[in-house]
Amino acid sequence: MFESVSYIHVLGGGALIGLAALLLFAGIGRIAGICGIAFSLLAAPIRTQVWRVLFLLGLIAGAFLFHTISGQPAPAAPNNNLPLLIIGGLLVGFGTAMGNGCTSGHGICGISRFSPRSIVATLTFMVMAIITMFVVRHVLGWSI
Amino acid sequence: MQKIIALLAGLLFGAGLAASDMNNPERVQGFLDLLNWDPSLMFVMMGALAIAMPGFYWVQKRQGKPFFAKQFFMPTKFDIDKDLILGASLFGMGWAIVGYCPGPAIASLAYAYEETLIFVIAMFAGAKVQHLISK
Repeated sequence: MFESVSYIHVLGGGALIGLAALLLFAGIGRIAGICGIAFSLLAAPIRTQVWRVLFLLGLIAGAFLFHTISGQPAPAAPNNNLPLLIIGGLLVGFGTAMGNGCTSGHGICGISRFSPRSIVATLTFMVMAIITMFVVRHVLGWSI
Repeated sequence: MQKIIALLAGLLFGAGLAASDMNNPERVQGFLDLLNWDPSLMFVMMGALAIAMPGFYWVQKRQGKPFFAKQFFMPTKFDIDKDLILGASLFGMGWAIVGYCPGPAIASLAYAYEETLIFVIAMFAGAKVQHLISK
């Protein structure tokens, strides 16, 4: 059913993400929450937060370099359904700004600090994502 | 030095997302679909926490401050409030319908798909709206 993926790659990729979060925290004292880093750019002049811009450019370049060096093909684009892309993007942006965190900030950094807020947030978005997937794909029968 | 660390951390993070297939919306949606479950992404979380959990513990225990900054910038909110639950819930819904959370969405701009760009623009717009109404 699923295209096979090497578990070593997945585990190793996860370890790289953990290492990146640790480097940012130990090096410059910052939490590697992608939404926090990205959306801070909306709230203050960009020239005062060059490190955030560099982190995000590194994020894009890192993905590009991985595929270039490893020869692994890039994954496919998401479902090309304009209303769903826009509604999904709005929900993810609004929700992570409101809840002060996403998969990286709450899910990895927050859980690593044993933050009760982050543990509750991670359980909430996981459960809600699973329920949404069930309802949209299996109850409504939409292809997403 | 701060800028070099930030760039390096970004590179590692982006490579990790690509290597683990977190940048693949179909894989993420398969992970969230329990009736047709693809468990592989569980290992991303395991790999990340295996490094970050002891690492964060050690850093906080051993160091009064980061190597290249004057202080740790820790989250300032501690209460589990309505905004946290509602925000995380809305995020979960959006994550499921497209298969992108913020990190993979931004990292996937590397693949130059217009779908990704539309999602990222909508995501920033959603955050902007939240900033405006919470003022």
